[in-house]
Amino acid sequence: MQTTGKKKLGVSGLLGKLVRQQMFIPLAALLLLALFNLIVDPGFFQVSLGYNNAGNPVLSGYLITILDYGSELAILAIGMTLVTAASGGQDISVGAAIAISGSVILRVLCGRDSRPETLQAPIIVAFLVACVVAMLFGAFNGALVAYFRIQPMVATLILYTAGRSIAAWINNNELPIISEPSFAYFGGYIPGIPVPTPFFLALICMIIIAIVLRMTNLRLYTQAVGINESSSRLNGLNPELIKVLSFVILGLCVAVAGLIKVSRLSTINYSVVAKDIEMDAILAVALGGNPLGGGKFNMTASIIGAYVIQFLTTTLYKLNVQSDALPAYKAVVVIVLVVLSAPTVKDYFAGLGKKLKSQSMSKEVG
Amino acid sequence: MSSTNKTSAEKMSFAERLKGMSDTNLLLTITIVIFFLMYIGAIVFLGGGFLKPQAFFNILNANAALIILSCGLSLVMITGGIDISVGGTTALISMCCAVYLDFHGGNVPVAILIALLIGLAFGLVQGFLVAYLDIQPFIVTLAGMFFARGMTTIVNTNPFNVENEAFVALKDTRITVPGLGSVNKLGKYVPAYVGVGVIVALLVVIVMFCVLRWTKLGRQFYAVGGNKQSALMLGINVKRTKFLAHLICGLLTGIGGFVYFLYVGSGSPSHASGAEMNAIASSIIGGTMLTGGVGNIVGTFFGVLSLSTIQNIVSSAGLDEAWWTGITIAAMLCLFLVIQSLVMSFKKKA
Amino acid sequence: MNETAVLLKMRGIYKSFPGVRALQNVDFTLHSGEIHALMGENGAGKSTLIKVLTGVYGKDEGEVYLEDKPVTIHSPQDAQKVGISTVYQEITLCPNLSVAENMFIGRTSGIGQNWKKMNEDAGRILQSLDIPAKATQQLGSCSIAVQQMVAIARAVDMDCKVLILDEPTSSLDEQEVEKLFKLMRSLKEKGVGIIFVTHFLEQVYEVCDKITVLRDGKLVGEYVIEDLPRVQLVAKMLGKEMDDLADIKGDQPTFERKEGDLPVFEAEGLQSNAGIKPFNFHIDKGEVNGFTGLLGSGRSECVRAIFGADRIIGGTVKKHGKPVKISKPLDAMKNGIAYLPEDRKVDGIVGDLSVRDNIILAAQLLRGFFRPFTKAEANQFADEYIKLLSIKTASADTPIKSLSGGNQQKVILARWLMTHPEYLILDEPTRGIDIGTKVDIQKLVLKLASEGTSVTFISSEMDEMLRTCSRLIVMRDRRVVGELSGEELSQAMIMNTIAGGDK
Repeated sequence: MQTTGKKKLGVSGLLGKLVRQQMFIPLAALLLLALFNLIVDPGFFQVSLGYNNAGNPVLSGYLITILDYGSELAILAIGMTLVTAASGGQDISVGAAIAISGSVILRVLCGRDSRPETLQAPIIVAFLVACVVAMLFGAFNGALVAYFRIQPMVATLILYTAGRSIAAWINNNELPIISEPSFAYFGGYIPGIPVPTPFFLALICMIIIAIVLRMTNLRLYTQAVGINESSSRLNGLNPELIKVLSFVILGLCVAVAGLIKVSRLSTINYSVVAKDIEMDAILAVALGGNPLGGGKFNMTASIIGAYVIQFLTTTLYKLNVQSDALPAYKAVVVIVLVVLSAPTVKDYFAGLGKKLKSQSMSKEVG
Repeated sequence: MSSTNKTSAEKMSFAERLKGMSDTNLLLTITIVIFFLMYIGAIVFLGGGFLKPQAFFNILNANAALIILSCGLSLVMITGGIDISVGGTTALISMCCAVYLDFHGGNVPVAILIALLIGLAFGLVQGFLVAYLDIQPFIVTLAGMFFARGMTTIVNTNPFNVENEAFVALKDTRITVPGLGSVNKLGKYVPAYVGVGVIVALLVVIVMFCVLRWTKLGRQFYAVGGNKQSALMLGINVKRTKFLAHLICGLLTGIGGFVYFLYVGSGSPSHASGAEMNAIASSIIGGTMLTGGVGNIVGTFFGVLSLSTIQNIVSSAGLDEAWWTGITIAAMLCLFLVIQSLVMSFKKKA
Repeated sequence: MNETAVLLKMRGIYKSFPGVRALQNVDFTLHSGEIHALMGENGAGKSTLIKVLTGVYGKDEGEVYLEDKPVTIHSPQDAQKVGISTVYQEITLCPNLSVAENMFIGRTSGIGQNWKKMNEDAGRILQSLDIPAKATQQLGSCSIAVQQMVAIARAVDMDCKVLILDEPTSSLDEQEVEKLFKLMRSLKEKGVGIIFVTHFLEQVYEVCDKITVLRDGKLVGEYVIEDLPRVQLVAKMLGKEMDDLADIKGDQPTFERKEGDLPVFEAEGLQSNAGIKPFNFHIDKGEVNGFTGLLGSGRSECVRAIFGADRIIGGTVKKHGKPVKISKPLDAMKNGIAYLPEDRKVDGIVGDLSVRDNIILAAQLLRGFFRPFTKAEANQFADEYIKLLSIKTASADTPIKSLSGGNQQKVILARWLMTHPEYLILDEPTRGIDIGTKVDIQKLVLKLASEGTSVTFISSEMDEMLRTCSRLIVMRDRRVVGELSGEELSQAMIMNTIAGGDK
């Protein structure tokens, strides 16, 4: 009985199956946005090769902007996905943590002088120090969540409140400026390569996480802890450690994003840098169809979600939306997306599809 | 049998007593005790400034809006949800009221109506999405916050002060507190006063406390927050309860938004920035648990007072650099969360 | 038995879930003043029928009549309104509210909450039912059994016409069950119709008047209790004659132990922070022993201590005579110990993960973080164990939470078998699962033992323990009070030891 039923899955059944796929929402959103831009102005998809001030070849165009500015978000989405899966909550302190790690990078590079002629330390050292600092803050968040059993959103509220102040304190509230051109490579272009560097950094992060997920049990452990902590413990897992680990990995992602952020400007503005980025990162995870209550996750969907959000932002900018008004439009789009992906709404449509199917079936029988 | 029970009850150990206490009352007690310790500490170490009644009433004046917003947030948190749109909505309300009063020559009662309607509209939509479409409250209200902030800029980009006479008169109304006051430098007795907003805030606290404590609906909020599935089985309309929580929170945001507007007397897109976080922090310090089912409006009231007392202590202690405020609030929040967590786990073991 | 009025009539009920036809054309009739058992294996459709009746699920087709009037029930609230109250196996109360509130919330009219009256009323009901709880106490601070009693008190007080008890006895000890039965009988006198769902056959024959049997979502039949002997009931539930339940011990050869072999596992003065007194314990190769005692006597806590599931605060353990350190589950696993926990839902399954991931979980942990199984390996293992234990699942990719209780239990068992343990601890492996699977599991235990695995088996059903174990450790009030083996293994002797008759 069942096998014949399976064979008879018609178009509506296939559609229903497609709609239930996790990747459906981010991809559909991407498609809709692309379609919208195609209708409004096909010039959106134009990519041209030009030369920047330094005389280097650079690609320009809205698509390149999306790849460029979506990178930080994609990097953060990787860590945020793991944190969400393991702890069933979100880290709202990533923006503040980016401010801290950016501040640390500048502090190490500048030393005592806030406007140094030459760098006081190699960039790699500054970056590594920022990594360590960001991971320590990640571990702090993780420890609050794992050992003190504080809900992630609340635990990270602490760093969210204090982070930007700490960032300012690290540099004595001064605004260091780096004049060394090679520092700007990370947020701009490496001479001779026309593709923005942040994209490569994001790509490296993606490759690393893909390898990690393939070569280790990170996925299984994280999901098991996120779904049922108590049974994970009885199967020999250490749930606390896994949770802390996920926050530490997010810390690493934050450090990379921080490097890109300060490199873009060669300086930092403590109260504005990476503002609201935590919200975008969480949205990326949600848009990727990952349950925000933890458990199963799909990394690719999150990363696509991140680029979809940047796509949306860029589209809105192109439509001359004021940057302060941007959130209003974003909110509407987000609500439409989450409403469409809500289980109740999905079930409603699935029920509709089933009705259609049963009608066609009865016709066949009749 | 009964007599032995009685003697053992009399000899209850600390741990047993702790265990017998409901989670809500336990956290409330901790909050109030810590607030008084902190305030006494401030008086002892930072001098007489904190001893003047007006110092206390100034805390109330400055935080009337936050108290109201926190009440709404506590309610939503008790049902196991969250609302991070309250700050954005407050800014939107201030801006809309300001534009209406100054650019369109409006009057105050209609402005209040506008404030309430905006708040209710947010509560209505968010409540519907959260309760009936079962979308995560964090995402819904995050979008709400984005929307409100964005709309504020769309309504008017530049900050400006409201000059409507009736409004300014209401804003400057001072209500003296009978029997309390202090002698100023010139030797003149100055009675302590509070603004209109404080009266509204206190009324809200009282009403909300009564609703949560002495009405069936109030207890349903706790039941839903305690265990959604069980609440359903107990015959509670979980969806409607959640919806109502958001709706009431929206209404309170409307009231709180206007009280905020009354205090600042201007419209600006950057108004009430971070108010949602302060409100969440206040609720948590006040003993509301984000997991739901545990919390008390009186605790929330003390939560707001604790938070602002700490801020005052920091600035009086001469740590004027801007970052200290952020860091101390965070440290305070951290302390409270850790205390709560330790007490709860101790209770579980006891 | 005189014919009384028909209280509840369900006719032609259909209900299906994606991929499953849970109920097909099921009829059910309940008379007033009748205790009616609803029986069937897991997945037979008992719970679905109950949930359709109480409005948790909507039905696809069919009619429900209450006192000959058709009723539509869309939510548990509707059910309460028409006089159908339910007590579920899982506690469906709010732990953060007081006992009194839990008894009255959601079912009284009016806006205000009169605490004084509510607490007084609750106190009176608690007293009349002899429930050891205070009205003002927070529910979360009561024991599970008391919470269950509060749930029943709530249902009883609700002036209900139909009372549904969905496996209410699985977390109660015998005295509490007796109290519950007394309650049920007095309600019956008052004309309440009671639907009683349970896995315990003895209890059915003790209190019920009629039995309705379901199998595979279909109605098998309705019987008056006197007309249906136990053996036939089991046959009806399983759809085949039961012949092998009686003596399965004889089927398996016992493991031949060599002289001078040290015990596989030995503990001395072991104590955990779960409140048990220090205890000594040992198990030989190929031996099946068990912990017995009343609920709450510390059976589970003992095996949890052996496995390192609770914090160990004293004692030494030896494996094959060599001292080892077991402070967390992973240590125990590395020493070849496997533990199937008591609470399948909370401690066993990882709900959203697939059957495959649930099977490989423990073995994967032992292999280590950096050496994941390949997809092919995982699939192969999963298929192997699905076949070996005949786990009924659509595929290895199906989330475990959509399986029936018995099949979930088999998956957890597969998980531990895959680690090839030397010593397997099974804590209530047969609770809440159907008879067929129960027998399968008992047979498996004996088979494993004959192959040289040591097994500790815990069950609330004494005859199960007597069938499988060759040595029983008896517990009372969180301490070991005796040990029985050989000729001493009898129901009477166990009862005697538990009751303290050995002194």
